[in-house]
Amino acid sequence: MKIAIVKYNAGNIRSVSCALERIGISAEVSDDPEVLAAADKVIFPGVGEASTAMAYLKAKKLDLLIPQLKQPVLGICLGLQLMCRHSEEGNADCLNIFDLDVKRFDDKLKVPQIGWNDLTDLKSDLFKGLPENPYVYFVHGYYAELGENTIAKAEYGLQYSAALNKGNFYATQFHPEKSGSVGETILRNFIELK
Amino acid sequence: MLTKRIIPCLDVKNGQTVKGINFLNIKEVGDAVELGAQYARDGADELVFLDITATNEKRKTLSELVSRIARNINIPFTVGGGISSVDDVSVLLNCGADKISVNTAAVRNPQLINDLALNFGSQCVVLAVDTKFVDGEWLVYLNGGRIPTEIRTKDWVKEAVDRGAGEILLTSMNNDGTKDGFAIDITKAVSESVNVPVIASGGAGTMEHFTEVFKEGKADAALAASIFHYGEIGIAELKAYLKKNGIEIRI
Repeated sequence: MKIAIVKYNAGNIRSVSCALERIGISAEVSDDPEVLAAADKVIFPGVGEASTAMAYLKAKKLDLLIPQLKQPVLGICLGLQLMCRHSEEGNADCLNIFDLDVKRFDDKLKVPQIGWNDLTDLKSDLFKGLPENPYVYFVHGYYAELGENTIAKAEYGLQYSAALNKGNFYATQFHPEKSGSVGETILRNFIELK
Repeated sequence: MLTKRIIPCLDVKNGQTVKGINFLNIKEVGDAVELGAQYARDGADELVFLDITATNEKRKTLSELVSRIARNINIPFTVGGGISSVDDVSVLLNCGADKISVNTAAVRNPQLINDLALNFGSQCVVLAVDTKFVDGEWLVYLNGGRIPTEIRTKDWVKEAVDRGAGEILLTSMNNDGTKDGFAIDITKAVSESVNVPVIASGGAGTMEHFTEVFKEGKADAALAASIFHYGEIGIAELKAYLKKNGIEIRI
Protein backbone atom coordinates (compact mmCIF):
# COMPACT_ATOMS: atom_id res chain seq x y z
CA MET A 1 0.00 0.00 0.00
CA LYS A 2 1.28 3.47 -0.89
CA ILE A 3 0.78 6.22 1.66
CA ALA A 4 1.58 9.79 0.67
CA ILE A 5 1.96 12.77 2.98
CA VAL A 6 1.30 16.13 1.35
CA LYS A 7 4.45 18.21 1.55
CA TYR A 8 3.90 21.89 2.16
CA ASN A 9 5.09 24.56 4.56
CA ALA A 10 3.54 22.84 7.57
CA GLY A 11 5.37 21.98 10.75
CA ASN A 12 4.45 18.44 11.69
CA ILE A 13 5.24 16.37 8.61
CA ARG A 14 8.09 14.59 10.32
CA SER A 15 5.96 13.83 13.39
CA VAL A 16 3.35 12.22 11.14
CA SER A 17 5.89 10.09 9.27
CA CYS A 18 7.50 9.02 12.58
CA ALA A 19 4.08 8.03 13.96
CA LEU A 20 3.38 5.94 10.84
CA GLU A 21 6.79 4.27 11.16
CA ARG A 22 5.96 3.33 14.75
CA ILE A 23 2.93 1.41 13.50
CA GLY A 24 5.02 -0.19 10.75
CA ILE A 25 4.01 1.95 7.80
CA SER A 26 6.32 3.90 5.55
CA ALA A 27 5.06 6.94 3.71
CA GLU A 28 6.32 9.16 0.94
CA VAL A 29 6.37 12.91 1.53
CA SER A 30 5.61 14.72 -1.72
CA ASP A 31 4.09 17.79 -3.32
CA ASP A 32 4.07 16.16 -6.76
CA PRO A 33 0.43 15.95 -7.93
CA GLU A 34 1.14 12.66 -9.76
CA VAL A 35 2.57 10.96 -6.67
CA LEU A 36 -0.32 12.17 -4.52
CA ALA A 37 -2.97 11.12 -7.05
CA ALA A 38 -1.44 7.63 -7.37
CA ALA A 39 -1.26 6.92 -3.60
CA ASP A 40 -3.71 4.56 -1.89
CA LYS A 41 -4.09 6.96 1.05
CA VAL A 42 -3.18 10.61 1.40
CA ILE A 43 -2.43 12.40 4.66
CA PHE A 44 -2.67 16.19 4.69
CA PRO A 45 -0.97 17.33 7.90
CA GLY A 46 -0.44 20.83 9.16
CA VAL A 47 0.80 23.13 11.84
CA GLY A 48 1.04 26.73 10.80
CA GLU A 49 -0.91 29.71 9.57
CA ALA A 50 -3.91 29.27 7.24
CA SER A 51 -3.40 32.04 4.66
CA THR A 52 0.34 31.29 4.29
CA ALA A 53 -0.41 27.58 3.87
CA MET A 54 -3.14 28.27 1.27
CA ALA A 55 -0.74 30.48 -0.72
CA TYR A 56 1.76 27.59 -0.86
CA LEU A 57 -0.91 25.08 -1.90
CA LYS A 58 -2.04 27.43 -4.68
CA ALA A 59 1.51 27.96 -5.91
CA LYS A 60 1.85 24.16 -6.22
CA LYS A 61 -1.69 23.81 -7.66
CA LEU A 62 -2.48 21.45 -4.79
CA ASP A 63 -5.59 23.54 -4.04
CA LEU A 64 -7.06 22.10 -7.24
CA LEU A 65 -5.77 18.56 -6.75
CA ILE A 66 -6.73 17.81 -3.14
CA PRO A 67 -10.53 18.29 -3.49
CA GLN A 68 -10.43 16.01 -6.57
CA LEU A 69 -8.75 13.07 -4.84
CA LYS A 70 -10.79 9.85 -4.82
CA GLN A 71 -8.81 7.76 -2.29
CA PRO A 72 -9.19 8.22 1.50
CA VAL A 73 -7.65 11.53 2.59
CA LEU A 74 -6.90 12.44 6.22
CA GLY A 75 -6.42 16.10 7.15
CA ILE A 76 -4.77 16.83 10.50
CA CYS A 77 -5.09 20.07 12.53
CA LEU A 78 -4.45 22.91 10.06
CA GLY A 79 -5.17 20.29 7.39
CA LEU A 80 -8.74 20.03 8.72
CA GLN A 81 -9.11 23.80 8.76
CA LEU A 82 -7.82 24.16 5.20
CA MET A 83 -10.39 21.56 4.06
CA CYS A 84 -13.18 23.88 5.27
CA ARG A 85 -14.75 26.79 3.35
CA HIS A 86 -13.05 29.76 4.97
CA SER A 87 -10.77 30.54 7.90
CA GLU A 88 -10.71 33.70 9.99
CA GLU A 89 -6.96 33.17 10.29
CA GLY A 90 -5.52 35.54 7.70
CA ASN A 91 -9.06 35.75 6.17
CA ALA A 92 -8.25 32.74 3.98
CA ASP A 93 -10.56 31.13 1.44
CA CYS A 94 -9.87 27.42 1.81
CA LEU A 95 -10.52 24.18 -0.10
CA ASN A 96 -14.27 24.05 0.60
CA ILE A 97 -14.50 20.28 1.00
CA PHE A 98 -16.43 20.73 4.25
CA ASP A 99 -19.04 23.48 4.10
CA LEU A 100 -17.94 25.01 7.41
CA ASP A 101 -16.28 28.17 8.66
CA VAL A 102 -13.17 28.19 10.84
CA LYS A 103 -13.24 30.74 13.65
CA ARG A 104 -10.95 31.93 16.41
CA PHE A 105 -11.63 30.82 19.99
CA ASP A 106 -12.93 33.54 22.31
CA ASP A 107 -9.99 35.45 23.78
CA LYS A 108 -11.51 35.02 27.25
CA LEU A 109 -10.13 31.47 26.96
CA LYS A 110 -6.47 30.61 26.92
CA VAL A 111 -5.60 30.55 23.23
CA PRO A 112 -4.21 28.37 21.75
CA GLN A 113 -5.92 25.44 23.41
CA ILE A 114 -2.97 23.20 24.28
CA GLY A 115 -3.37 19.76 25.74
CA TRP A 116 -5.48 16.64 26.04
CA ASN A 117 -9.24 16.94 25.66
CA ASP A 118 -11.86 14.22 25.32
CA LEU A 119 -13.92 13.38 22.25
CA THR A 120 -17.68 12.85 22.35
CA ASP A 121 -20.36 11.67 19.90
CA LEU A 122 -18.00 9.49 17.88
CA LYS A 123 -19.49 8.42 14.55
CA SER A 124 -16.96 6.82 12.23
CA ASP A 125 -14.87 3.73 11.54
CA LEU A 126 -11.92 6.01 12.23
CA PHE A 127 -12.64 5.49 15.95
CA LYS A 128 -13.13 1.71 15.86
CA GLY A 129 -11.77 -0.05 18.95
CA LEU A 130 -11.48 3.09 21.09
CA PRO A 131 -13.11 3.74 24.47
CA GLU A 132 -16.24 5.90 24.46
CA ASN A 133 -14.61 9.25 25.29
CA PRO A 134 -10.94 8.94 24.40
CA TYR A 135 -8.45 11.69 25.18
CA VAL A 136 -6.47 13.16 22.30
CA TYR A 137 -3.94 15.97 21.99
CA PHE A 138 -4.94 19.37 20.61
CA VAL A 139 -2.93 22.50 19.80
CA HIS A 140 -5.00 25.15 18.04
CA GLY A 141 -6.30 28.69 18.24
CA TYR A 142 -9.02 28.26 15.60
CA TYR A 143 -11.83 25.71 15.33
CA ALA A 144 -14.34 24.42 12.78
CA GLU A 145 -17.96 24.84 13.84
CA LEU A 146 -20.29 21.85 14.18
CA GLY A 147 -22.08 20.58 11.06
CA GLU A 148 -23.57 17.55 9.36
CA ASN A 149 -20.06 16.22 8.60
CA THR A 150 -19.02 16.28 12.27
CA ILE A 151 -17.97 12.78 13.39
CA ALA A 152 -16.51 13.75 16.78
CA LYS A 153 -17.05 16.73 19.05
CA ALA A 154 -14.85 18.39 21.63
CA GLU A 155 -15.55 21.23 24.00
CA TYR A 156 -13.43 24.30 24.71
CA GLY A 157 -15.64 27.22 25.68
CA LEU A 158 -18.09 25.82 23.15
CA GLN A 159 -18.63 22.58 21.23
CA TYR A 160 -16.79 22.31 17.93
CA SER A 161 -15.85 19.72 15.31
CA ALA A 162 -12.97 17.58 16.57
CA ALA A 163 -13.25 15.40 13.46
CA LEU A 164 -15.06 15.56 10.13
CA ASN A 165 -15.94 13.13 7.35
CA LYS A 166 -17.54 13.54 3.94
CA GLY A 167 -17.19 10.68 1.44
CA ASN A 168 -13.50 9.85 1.14
CA PHE A 169 -12.40 12.95 3.08
CA TYR A 170 -11.58 12.60 6.80
CA ALA A 171 -10.05 15.19 9.08
CA THR A 172 -9.10 15.55 12.74
CA GLN A 173 -8.51 18.82 14.59
CA PHE A 174 -6.38 16.93 17.11
CA HIS A 175 -3.02 15.33 16.43
CA PRO A 176 -3.33 11.53 16.20
CA GLU A 177 0.45 11.43 15.64
CA LYS A 178 0.90 12.85 19.17
CA SER A 179 -2.04 11.20 20.93
CA GLY A 180 -0.34 8.11 22.34
CA SER A 181 -1.92 4.72 21.71
CA VAL A 182 -5.34 6.27 20.97
CA GLY A 183 -3.78 8.24 18.13
CA GLU A 184 -2.02 5.15 16.81
CA THR A 185 -5.35 3.30 16.69
CA ILE A 186 -6.89 6.16 14.71
CA LEU A 187 -4.00 6.22 12.23
CA ARG A 188 -4.21 2.44 11.84
CA ASN A 189 -7.99 2.65 11.30
CA PHE A 190 -7.43 5.27 8.60
CA ILE A 191 -4.82 3.12 6.86
CA GLU A 192 -7.24 0.16 6.93
CA LEU A 193 -10.16 2.12 5.40
CA LYS A 194 -11.39 0.67 2.12
CA MET B 1 -12.90 19.09 29.06
CA LEU B 2 -9.35 20.17 28.57
CA THR B 3 -7.25 18.40 31.19
CA LYS B 4 -4.38 19.62 33.35
CA ARG B 5 -1.06 18.27 32.14
CA ILE B 6 1.66 16.40 34.04
CA ILE B 7 5.04 16.99 32.44
CA PRO B 8 8.22 15.19 33.47
CA CYS B 9 11.30 17.25 32.65
CA LEU B 10 14.47 15.56 31.52
CA ASP B 11 17.66 17.57 31.78
CA VAL B 12 19.95 16.21 29.12
CA LYS B 13 23.70 16.30 28.77
CA ASN B 14 25.35 14.52 25.83
CA GLY B 15 22.15 12.53 25.31
CA GLN B 16 21.95 11.29 28.92
CA THR B 17 19.37 12.47 31.40
CA VAL B 18 20.67 14.32 34.41
CA LYS B 19 19.03 16.26 37.19
CA GLY B 20 20.55 19.18 39.03
CA ILE B 21 19.55 19.96 42.60
CA ASN B 22 19.14 23.70 43.09
CA PHE B 23 20.79 24.12 39.69
CA LEU B 24 23.94 22.34 41.01
CA ASN B 25 25.19 18.84 41.78
CA ILE B 26 24.48 17.15 38.51
CA LYS B 27 23.93 13.39 38.55
CA GLU B 28 23.43 11.18 35.51
CA VAL B 29 20.36 8.97 35.68
CA GLY B 30 19.94 7.26 32.32
CA ASP B 31 19.15 7.32 28.61
CA ALA B 32 16.88 10.24 27.77
CA VAL B 33 14.87 8.48 25.08
CA GLU B 34 14.27 5.33 27.14
CA LEU B 35 13.26 7.33 30.17
CA GLY B 36 10.97 9.55 28.06
CA ALA B 37 9.30 6.54 26.46
CA GLN B 38 8.74 5.01 29.89
CA TYR B 39 7.10 8.23 31.12
CA ALA B 40 4.86 8.27 28.03
CA ARG B 41 3.76 4.69 28.81
CA ASP B 42 3.14 5.67 32.44
CA GLY B 43 0.73 8.41 31.33
CA ALA B 44 2.82 11.59 31.07
CA ASP B 45 0.93 14.17 29.03
CA GLU B 46 4.00 15.79 27.51
CA LEU B 47 7.75 15.78 27.98
CA VAL B 48 10.29 18.58 28.24
CA PHE B 49 13.93 17.96 27.34
CA LEU B 50 16.30 20.67 28.53
CA ASP B 51 19.74 20.37 27.00
CA ILE B 52 22.49 21.54 29.29
CA THR B 53 25.38 20.43 27.11
CA ALA B 54 27.83 23.29 26.76
CA THR B 55 30.24 22.01 24.13
CA ASN B 56 30.84 22.81 20.47
CA GLU B 57 29.22 19.47 19.60
CA LYS B 58 25.99 20.58 21.23
CA ARG B 59 24.00 21.34 18.08
CA LYS B 60 24.78 17.99 16.51
CA THR B 61 24.18 15.87 19.62
CA LEU B 62 20.94 17.71 20.31
CA SER B 63 19.52 17.33 16.82
CA GLU B 64 20.42 13.62 16.86
CA LEU B 65 18.72 13.22 20.21
CA VAL B 66 15.60 15.07 19.03
CA SER B 67 15.38 12.79 15.98
CA ARG B 68 15.59 9.73 18.24
CA ILE B 69 12.91 11.12 20.55
CA ALA B 70 10.60 11.88 17.61
CA ARG B 71 10.93 8.35 16.30
CA ASN B 72 10.32 6.68 19.64
CA ILE B 73 7.85 8.77 21.61
CA ASN B 74 4.14 9.13 20.81
CA ILE B 75 3.29 12.20 22.92
CA PRO B 76 4.30 15.85 22.40
CA PHE B 77 7.66 17.12 23.55
CA THR B 78 9.40 20.44 24.00
CA VAL B 79 13.11 21.00 23.59
CA GLY B 80 15.01 23.80 25.28
CA GLY B 81 18.45 24.83 26.41
CA GLY B 82 20.64 27.42 24.74
CA ILE B 83 18.33 28.03 21.78
CA SER B 84 19.12 31.46 20.40
CA SER B 85 18.16 31.78 16.74
CA VAL B 86 15.53 31.04 14.12
CA ASP B 87 18.03 28.62 12.56
CA ASP B 88 18.43 26.65 15.81
CA VAL B 89 14.67 26.30 16.03
CA SER B 90 14.23 25.37 12.40
CA VAL B 91 16.70 22.47 12.81
CA LEU B 92 14.98 21.16 15.97
CA LEU B 93 11.46 21.38 14.54
CA ASN B 94 12.61 19.62 11.38
CA CYS B 95 14.06 16.86 13.56
CA GLY B 96 10.56 16.40 15.01
CA ALA B 97 10.34 18.61 18.12
CA ASP B 98 6.79 19.84 18.71
CA LYS B 99 7.75 22.96 20.64
CA ILE B 100 10.92 24.71 21.62
CA SER B 101 11.58 26.80 24.69
CA VAL B 102 13.66 29.96 24.82
CA ASN B 103 14.95 31.61 27.95
CA THR B 104 18.10 33.75 28.21
CA ALA B 105 18.36 34.48 24.49
CA ALA B 106 14.83 35.89 24.46
CA VAL B 107 15.64 38.29 27.30
CA ARG B 108 18.82 39.42 25.55
CA ASN B 109 16.98 39.75 22.22
CA PRO B 110 13.19 39.94 22.68
CA GLN B 111 12.68 40.25 18.91
CA LEU B 112 13.62 36.54 18.78
CA ILE B 113 10.14 35.72 20.12
CA ASN B 114 8.46 37.71 17.34
CA ASP B 115 10.66 36.05 14.73
CA LEU B 116 9.95 32.56 16.04
CA ALA B 117 6.19 33.14 16.28
CA LEU B 118 6.12 34.55 12.76
CA ASN B 119 8.19 31.73 11.26
CA PHE B 120 6.78 28.74 13.13
CA GLY B 121 3.60 29.88 14.91
CA SER B 122 3.03 30.80 18.56
CA GLN B 123 1.90 27.25 19.36
CA CYS B 124 5.49 26.01 19.29
CA VAL B 125 7.12 28.91 21.13
CA VAL B 126 7.42 28.31 24.87
CA LEU B 127 8.94 31.08 26.97
CA ALA B 128 10.89 29.60 29.88
CA VAL B 129 11.46 31.96 32.79
CA ASP B 130 13.64 31.28 35.83
CA THR B 131 12.38 33.54 38.57
CA LYS B 132 13.52 34.30 42.10
CA PHE B 133 11.83 36.21 44.90
CA VAL B 134 14.26 38.92 46.01
CA ASP B 135 13.45 41.89 48.26
CA GLY B 136 9.71 41.59 47.75
CA GLU B 137 9.83 41.16 43.97
CA TRP B 138 9.81 38.16 41.62
CA LEU B 139 12.71 38.86 39.24
CA VAL B 140 13.97 37.17 36.07
CA TYR B 141 17.27 35.25 36.23
CA LEU B 142 19.38 34.21 33.25
CA ASN B 143 21.88 31.50 32.28
CA GLY B 144 20.28 28.71 34.26
CA GLY B 145 19.74 30.96 37.26
CA ARG B 146 23.28 32.26 37.50
CA ILE B 147 22.75 35.86 36.36
CA PRO B 148 20.25 38.16 38.10
CA THR B 149 18.37 40.91 36.27
CA GLU B 150 16.13 43.71 37.46
CA ILE B 151 13.31 42.64 35.18
CA ARG B 152 10.05 41.90 36.98
CA THR B 153 8.77 38.46 36.02
CA LYS B 154 5.18 39.58 35.43
CA ASP B 155 6.30 42.39 33.11
CA TRP B 156 8.56 40.12 31.09
CA VAL B 157 5.93 37.41 30.70
CA LYS B 158 3.36 39.95 29.48
CA GLU B 159 5.78 41.40 26.97
CA ALA B 160 6.75 37.94 25.72
CA VAL B 161 3.11 36.95 25.20
CA ASP B 162 2.47 40.20 23.31
CA ARG B 163 5.44 39.30 21.12
CA GLY B 164 4.02 35.87 20.36
CA ALA B 165 5.01 33.36 23.05
CA GLY B 166 2.36 30.63 23.08
CA GLU B 167 3.03 29.13 26.50
CA ILE B 168 4.96 30.00 29.66
CA LEU B 169 7.21 27.60 31.58
CA LEU B 170 7.70 29.29 34.94
CA THR B 171 10.39 27.92 37.28
CA SER B 172 10.71 29.31 40.78
CA MET B 173 14.34 29.12 41.84
CA ASN B 174 13.32 29.57 45.46
CA ASN B 175 11.32 26.34 45.23
CA ASP B 176 13.30 24.29 42.74
CA GLY B 177 14.92 21.26 44.38
CA THR B 178 13.31 21.91 47.77
CA LYS B 179 10.36 19.50 47.44
CA ASP B 180 8.39 21.97 49.56
CA GLY B 181 5.79 22.73 46.92
CA PHE B 182 5.38 25.02 43.91
CA ALA B 183 5.49 28.83 44.15
CA ILE B 184 1.74 29.34 44.25
CA ASP B 185 1.64 33.16 44.35
CA ILE B 186 3.75 33.92 41.28
CA THR B 187 2.24 31.03 39.33
CA LYS B 188 -1.26 32.37 40.01
CA ALA B 189 -0.23 35.97 39.26
CA VAL B 190 1.31 34.98 35.92
CA SER B 191 -1.51 32.62 34.97
CA GLU B 192 -4.12 35.30 35.60
CA SER B 193 -2.21 38.02 33.76
CA VAL B 194 -1.83 36.29 30.38
CA ASN B 195 -4.19 34.27 28.19
CA VAL B 196 -1.73 31.53 27.24
CA PRO B 197 -1.17 28.32 29.22
CA VAL B 198 1.25 28.38 32.15
CA ILE B 199 3.39 25.40 33.18
CA ALA B 200 4.42 25.57 36.83
CA SER B 201 7.85 24.23 37.71
CA GLY B 202 10.05 23.89 40.77
CA GLY B 203 9.31 22.43 44.17
CA ALA B 204 7.13 19.37 43.57
CA GLY B 205 7.57 16.97 46.47
CA THR B 206 4.17 15.45 47.20
CA MET B 207 0.96 14.73 45.32
CA GLU B 208 -0.80 17.46 47.35
CA HIS B 209 1.59 20.01 45.83
CA PHE B 210 0.11 19.27 42.41
CA THR B 211 -3.47 19.69 43.62
CA GLU B 212 -2.44 22.99 45.15
CA VAL B 213 -0.73 24.36 42.04
CA PHE B 214 -3.70 23.46 39.84
CA LYS B 215 -6.42 24.65 42.21
CA GLU B 216 -4.79 27.67 43.85
CA GLY B 217 -1.92 28.41 41.47
CA LYS B 218 -4.24 28.25 38.42
CA ALA B 219 -1.53 26.40 36.50
CA ASP B 220 -2.48 24.66 33.25
CA ALA B 221 0.31 22.13 33.61
CA ALA B 222 2.85 21.10 36.22
CA LEU B 223 6.41 20.05 35.55
CA ALA B 224 8.69 18.02 37.78
CA ALA B 225 11.88 16.04 37.45
CA SER B 226 13.47 14.35 40.46
CA ILE B 227 10.31 12.99 42.09
CA PHE B 228 9.65 11.11 38.85
CA HIS B 229 13.27 10.17 38.07
CA TYR B 230 13.87 8.67 41.48
CA GLY B 231 10.48 6.95 41.55
CA GLU B 232 9.26 8.86 44.61
CA ILE B 233 5.90 9.47 42.95
CA GLY B 234 4.63 7.41 40.01
CA ILE B 235 2.87 9.28 37.23
CA ALA B 236 -0.08 6.87 37.11
CA GLU B 237 -0.46 7.05 40.90
CA LEU B 238 -0.27 10.88 40.81
CA LYS B 239 -2.87 11.15 38.06
CA ALA B 240 -5.29 8.81 39.83
CA TYR B 241 -4.89 10.88 42.99
CA LEU B 242 -5.53 14.17 41.17
CA LYS B 243 -8.59 12.80 39.42
CA LYS B 244 -10.00 11.63 42.76
CA ASN B 245 -9.44 15.15 44.06
CA GLY B 246 -11.57 16.73 41.37
CA ILE B 247 -8.86 17.84 38.93
CA GLU B 248 -9.52 17.23 35.21
CA ILE B 249 -6.89 14.67 34.30
CA ARG B 250 -6.36 12.25 31.42
CA ILE B 251 -6.19 8.71 32.75
